[in-house]
Amino acid sequence: MAHQVTIESTGEVFGCAEDVHVLAAMEQARCHGIPVGCRNGGCGACKVRITAGHSQTRKMNRAVVSAAEEAEGVVLACKAYPRSDLAVQVLGRVWQSTKTSQSKSPSAGFSWTTPIPQPGKET
Amino acid sequence: MAITGVMRPGHVAIRVLELAPAVHHYTKVLGLIEVARDEKKKRVYLKAWDEHDHHSVVLREADEAGMDYMGWKVDSPATLKSLAKNIEDSGLCQDLEWIPAGEHPETGERFRFTIPTGHLMELYADKKYVGNGCGTDGQNINPDPWPDGLQGIAPSRYDHCLLYGDDLDGTVKLFCEVLGFKVAEKIVTKADPNFMIGAFLTCSNKAHDVAFIRQPVKGKFHHASFELGSWEKVLRAGDILSRNKTSIDIGPTRHGITRGETIYFFDPSGNRNEVFAGGYIHYPDKPAITWYDETLGPAIFYHDRKLNEAFLSVFT
Repeated sequence: MAHQVTIESTGEVFGCAEDVHVLAAMEQARCHGIPVGCRNGGCGACKVRITAGHSQTRKMNRAVVSAAEEAEGVVLACKAYPRSDLAVQVLGRVWQSTKTSQSKSPSAGFSWTTPIPQPGKET
Repeated sequence: MAITGVMRPGHVAIRVLELAPAVHHYTKVLGLIEVARDEKKKRVYLKAWDEHDHHSVVLREADEAGMDYMGWKVDSPATLKSLAKNIEDSGLCQDLEWIPAGEHPETGERFRFTIPTGHLMELYADKKYVGNGCGTDGQNINPDPWPDGLQGIAPSRYDHCLLYGDDLDGTVKLFCEVLGFKVAEKIVTKADPNFMIGAFLTCSNKAHDVAFIRQPVKGKFHHASFELGSWEKVLRAGDILSRNKTSIDIGPTRHGITRGETIYFFDPSGNRNEVFAGGYIHYPDKPAITWYDETLGPAIFYHDRKLNEAFLSVFT
C-alpha cells in the first residue's frame, strides 16, 4: 500500500509503497528535496527527521545516525520504509559543489562541504 | 629503480553493515572470489582472480561503514622490520603495534600504524601464495589468459584507495620520505601552489597506489578501486551494475588525473567502489603532474568538467 511522503522544506509530496524506501520513491517521482548520496545507508546524505508518521528502518551507519538520534525519529531516507503517511524534515548534507559552478569566483566549480583550511592557516 | 621496499597495496579491510548482502555484492556483482571466512569475527576474505596472494579484500560486519585499514606488502621481512623502525623514528604516526601472524588467515605479522590523516595502515611481508588459477598443468605452467568460472565484473586486481583526511602534508611526507613513494599527480591551489588539496602517490609503475584529498575529517574512505583490462570492460561493468540495480555514483567516464576510464558505484553499505582501466606507466623520474584547484572539475571527471554532487560530500 502506498503512503504519502511530504518533504517539509520543498512541499514536495510523493507516494511510497511499504516495500520501497523513501529515497527511491522520491527519485522515481522526480522530486529533489532530499539529497541523494550512496542510497545504501552509509554516507548520511539523505538524513531526515520524521516529524509525522512512522516508518520501519533497516540498519544504518552509526557514524551518521546515532542511537539517540534514531530513537527520536532521525533516519536515512534510503533505509526508511513507510508504515503510514510521513512528513520529513531534511537534515542531510547540503550540496555546494554544483551550486557554485555559476559563480565568478576563482574556485568556481567546486567547494568543499565545509570550508577547507586555507593556505597559511595550517596548524 | 626496481620495485623494492613497499611493493603494492595488498589488502583493504572494509566495514559493512550486513555481511550477506555485502558478500553478494563483492562476489556476484563485483566478481571477487571468496577465499576464507571467520564466523567468530564476522569477517570474509576475498581476492581478485589475477592476484596470487591469499586475499586482498576483507569485509567485516560492523555498526559503521568505512575502512578499517589498508595493508601494504613489502619485499621482505627485513624490509618490514626496517620500515617499522623508520616509521617509529619519523614521529609522524601514532598507535604503532604489531599484529601477530595468523590474525589474518595465511598472513604473517603485520605492523600497524595510524597516519596523519587518521587512517590505519599496515605493512606485512608474508601472505600465502595461492596462485591465479590459470595454469593448465600446475600453477603457472602453460597458463590460460584467464580462468573459467568468473562472475560479475571480475576485475583482475585490487588496485588502490582514495582517502579523505585533514593533515595531507603529514601523510604525504610519511609516504614519500619514509615509505619511498612518489607524487605522481597533485592538486594545488593556484594562489599558493605549495598548498596541496590532493595527492596521488605511487610506490610502483602504477599512476597511483593510494590517493588522499584534504578534507576536514579524520580517517575517511572515498573508494577502493579494482582494475579492468580495457575501456570496453568498464562499459560492461556499467551494464552489470545496472542489471543488478546497483547504486551507481557516476560513469562510465574518464578521469583527467591518471587518465583512467572509470565507473563509481556503492556497495550495499554505502562504501564507494571503482572499477577502472587505463592510465599510464609511472617511472621514478617522471615529473609530477600538477592540477590547479580551478581545474578540479576536469581533473576528476574529464568529460563533465565538473564534480558531481557526491564526489566531495559522499564518503564513509
